[in-house]
Amino acid sequence: MTESVSGPDRDFVRPGQGLGLMDVLRRRYLLSLLIRKEVQIRYRGSILGWLWSYVKPAAQFLVFFLALGVFLQLNGSIENYPIYLFSGLIVINLFNEAFGNSTRSLVDNGALIKKIYLPRELFPVSSTIVALVNFLPQLVILIVVCLVIGWDPTIPQLGGTLLGIAIITTLAIGLGMLFGAANVSFRDSQNFVDLIIMVATWASPVLYQWTQVAKIVPDWVFFIYQVNPLTAAVNLLHAGFWYPTTEGRGLLAPNLWLFGLLGLAISLAVLTIGQLVFRRLEGRFAQDL
Amino acid sequence: MPKTSNIGDDSRPRIIVEKVRKTFLLRHTHSLKESVIAAVRKKSLTSSFNALSDVSFEIRPGESVALLGFNGSGKSTLLKLISGVLQPDSGDVFTRGRIAGLIEVGAGFHPDLSGRENIYLNAAILGMNREEIDARFDAIVAFSEIEQFIDTEVKHYSSGMFLRLAFSVAIHTEVDILLVDEILSVGDEPFQQKCLKRIRELHSEGKTLVVVSHDLDMVSDLCERGILIKEGRVAFDGESALAVAQMRS
Repeated sequence: MTESVSGPDRDFVRPGQGLGLMDVLRRRYLLSLLIRKEVQIRYRGSILGWLWSYVKPAAQFLVFFLALGVFLQLNGSIENYPIYLFSGLIVINLFNEAFGNSTRSLVDNGALIKKIYLPRELFPVSSTIVALVNFLPQLVILIVVCLVIGWDPTIPQLGGTLLGIAIITTLAIGLGMLFGAANVSFRDSQNFVDLIIMVATWASPVLYQWTQVAKIVPDWVFFIYQVNPLTAAVNLLHAGFWYPTTEGRGLLAPNLWLFGLLGLAISLAVLTIGQLVFRRLEGRFAQDL
Repeated sequence: MPKTSNIGDDSRPRIIVEKVRKTFLLRHTHSLKESVIAAVRKKSLTSSFNALSDVSFEIRPGESVALLGFNGSGKSTLLKLISGVLQPDSGDVFTRGRIAGLIEVGAGFHPDLSGRENIYLNAAILGMNREEIDARFDAIVAFSEIEQFIDTEVKHYSSGMFLRLAFSVAIHTEVDILLVDEILSVGDEPFQQKCLKRIRELHSEGKTLVVVSHDLDMVSDLCERGILIKEGRVAFDGESALAVAQMRS
């Protein structure tokens, strides 16, 4: 719970100075209870309950499919556009939910943080895992649809989807800690995050294809576009789910693995920065909430 | 999670508070816009308030200590520094062993969860693992006297039932140091007596107690030692009855 420091001797600890994310691993039981609580109370008091986690993405999918697929005719230019759209959409939704909720998690749990010491990293981490739990049923639907259409992925392609999900969760926890910690003092932070979330959906090839970007922007801009870890993750998901259903007719983004690993490295760097900033600001949490 | 130690002859302190100073920076602005406007108008963005200055003491294993003082004297701040919720601005706080606070019990309760679920959640928040909670579950429920409502959502509880359950969880945590903040005003007279009895039991088992309360008779009876805090400084540190007498004078 607390770190041994150079106190009078090694049995002594400074209360409230933990090991950050390492403490979250040590308190897995509490983490599991916090996740279970969130999952349980999420749709309590609603008639549709957990059906809402299907209704919302379904409606969103339908809107984008009609507007972009039918009206803007992406259906014709992108092979199996519904699968393309859905596989990108669920992973970007995972990011948006995880990032948004972890940013708010500290303020939401203010009553607890002010009264009892516990590793505060628990809150962004549990929010992200709850988003992951919410993501799973959507993933199941995607897999079922892919299987119905005819899906024959290779092992590296499946590994790529796991890498994509790892990028998203790492990035969401890192950014969530960063903006969540700032949100304690300045609530501007969560509005800023809403803005990022709005842009995120369009700044990666979720609704359109990467070729449409590459055609128009200069090379260096396209490079930055590809370095975006979200682009890497979305591309990896496309490679794992959509591409194997197109019988090789789909067009995959170049250097998937290179940008995937780079995306993971960037996400880990963001996680480190998030943790450092979190540690710096943490001392003020109980006062500012 | 450090295990509680049962070494009886250990005379090293449980809590060391060394030259602690705590200043609260009161921010007058809560958004970037307000900060900018205040900066432009050259208004101060913050003002500071000295809650504690140069506070030092040590508490040995098995001691029961009352922190005394009037409202705003800084005693709750001190308790929060010991529990780790707040950090000192200068000086050091060290603790040895497991520590749990009966500070605003029920902070981690969720109204939509049942009593049973809340027991597990809260005990875990207070630092217990699954096996420890399983082992104590029946004792917690029995102590709270709400057996028949244990699977009811906590939002349907009366405030008395809620506090009894919350207190019961807190008082059954495995600790070396128990911090108690003004919670003995919980529930009705018989339940209060029961809580006091349980706290005395913990004390006689060798647990270290730090108590904050305005019930001076009760604290001077419960604790051997009193530390009187006046305007953020230690004004007296000694026998609790004397500390209470000094406070009343």
